[in-house]
Amino acid sequence: MNALSRERQPAPVAVPPEAVVIGASAGAVEALSVLLPALPGDFPLPVLTVVHLPSDRKSLLASVLKSKCQMDVREVEDKEPMESGTVYFAPPDYHLLVEADLRLSLSSEAPVLFSRPSIDVLFESAADIFGPALIGVILTGANCDGSRGLRAVTDAGGVALVQRPDQAQAKTMPQAALEACHTARSLSIPEIAVFLQEAVTRK
Amino acid sequence: MADKTDDIELRLLLEAIFRKYHYDFRGYSMASVKRRLTQARDHFGCSTFSQLQDRVLHDSSVLPELLSYLTVQVSELFRDPDYFRAIREQVVPHLRTYPSLKVWVAGCSAGEELYSMAILFREEGLEEKTLFYGTDINPDALKRAEAGVYPLERIPLFTENHRKSGGKSSLSDYYTAAYGAAVFDKSLRQRAVFSDHSLVSDAVFAEVQLISCRNVLIYFDLGIQDRAVGLFSDSLVRKGFLGLGAKESLRFSRHSESFVEFSRDEKIYQKRGTV
Repeated sequence: MNALSRERQPAPVAVPPEAVVIGASAGAVEALSVLLPALPGDFPLPVLTVVHLPSDRKSLLASVLKSKCQMDVREVEDKEPMESGTVYFAPPDYHLLVEADLRLSLSSEAPVLFSRPSIDVLFESAADIFGPALIGVILTGANCDGSRGLRAVTDAGGVALVQRPDQAQAKTMPQAALEACHTARSLSIPEIAVFLQEAVTRK
Repeated sequence: MADKTDDIELRLLLEAIFRKYHYDFRGYSMASVKRRLTQARDHFGCSTFSQLQDRVLHDSSVLPELLSYLTVQVSELFRDPDYFRAIREQVVPHLRTYPSLKVWVAGCSAGEELYSMAILFREEGLEEKTLFYGTDINPDALKRAEAGVYPLERIPLFTENHRKSGGKSSLSDYYTAAYGAAVFDKSLRQRAVFSDHSLVSDAVFAEVQLISCRNVLIYFDLGIQDRAVGLFSDSLVRKGFLGLGAKESLRFSRHSESFVEFSRDEKIYQKRGTV
């Protein structure tokens, strides 16, 4: 997002959220195993998730979490239309981006901060489309991917949530996100789940 | 909601590139085009897409570099080994039944996929009767594909992929290492034609038995995807094969009825016998 479009954004306002983006790395499976099952099956937003995984293209993540979640959980196929009540995972070795027609697209372009999929790529693209109607969540991880992306979310007027570093299995990613994004709220995972549910009932 | 200023500028930039140079990126997936052109904009020291448009319209030396941002070139030899294993074990038996074969690697970039296919066909004894077409819109990538020279540090990954794909020989049989690079055997491209061809604007040029086009359609929006898949359908013989990338599918395509799933896991489709 460039300076020009940032100037055009109004000051952060409370708007009904339209999507949630989540980024996680080391310790992701445990963290997501608490967060995602806490969301009801009729959670009215799409939840887009990037987890750093080995680039081998088969991942069991979606199928493992699907059995624990009330929401539908799946790995993205290119140009899939986003649906509410669904958790989408970026497939290993592909970046995940959001298109203006609210379809999901994939990309094999170079890794960002050694990661493909990259949390920054998803968050920046979602921030560009949803503006203030986006909630960005950074969870446990041992690198700094996601910091720029979370900053893009708040610059566009969206809401930023970060797992409390002292409770994260790997603190580096939440710490870096909090440093990059001063308006981010630092919460426990159960608090994040409550926040997400209240955000959709507040409208 | 009104378009954001940078989105207006982005559309105008793509329109300018099309009108002046006939490269048509207007039907590409905008999210990643925007990302890549933002990188290009920063690279050229421009603060807006309009400034970049001014540069590309008035300085023709800018275009080649811009093309390298607009066309994504990431591939490996035998990328996704399971795909090549499926071609080898499931598709090759069908291909054996033809007296002569044509294979089209669409969006061949720097040639990795085409060399993979040529090696596989040699190992399966099909090379002699096969003609390979490698097409791309990026002239620089086509030059590199024709040269068949890859950095030596990529060879361990290529070798491992080749082994996992069910390779019947040693990959080192196919290249010579020199000066930090691996030069692939000229004989592998004796039966290959590399050519400029756009899936967005060009037409059918041959009737082929196998098309491999992986991780190319993801850069197109649905409209251009439909055009490209229609082109594939028109190019394939009845019961010909189309291989896509691991996360690509014909599920959202207007032409999905023209194909049946041949290998669901490996995204290999077969054109219907009766259309």
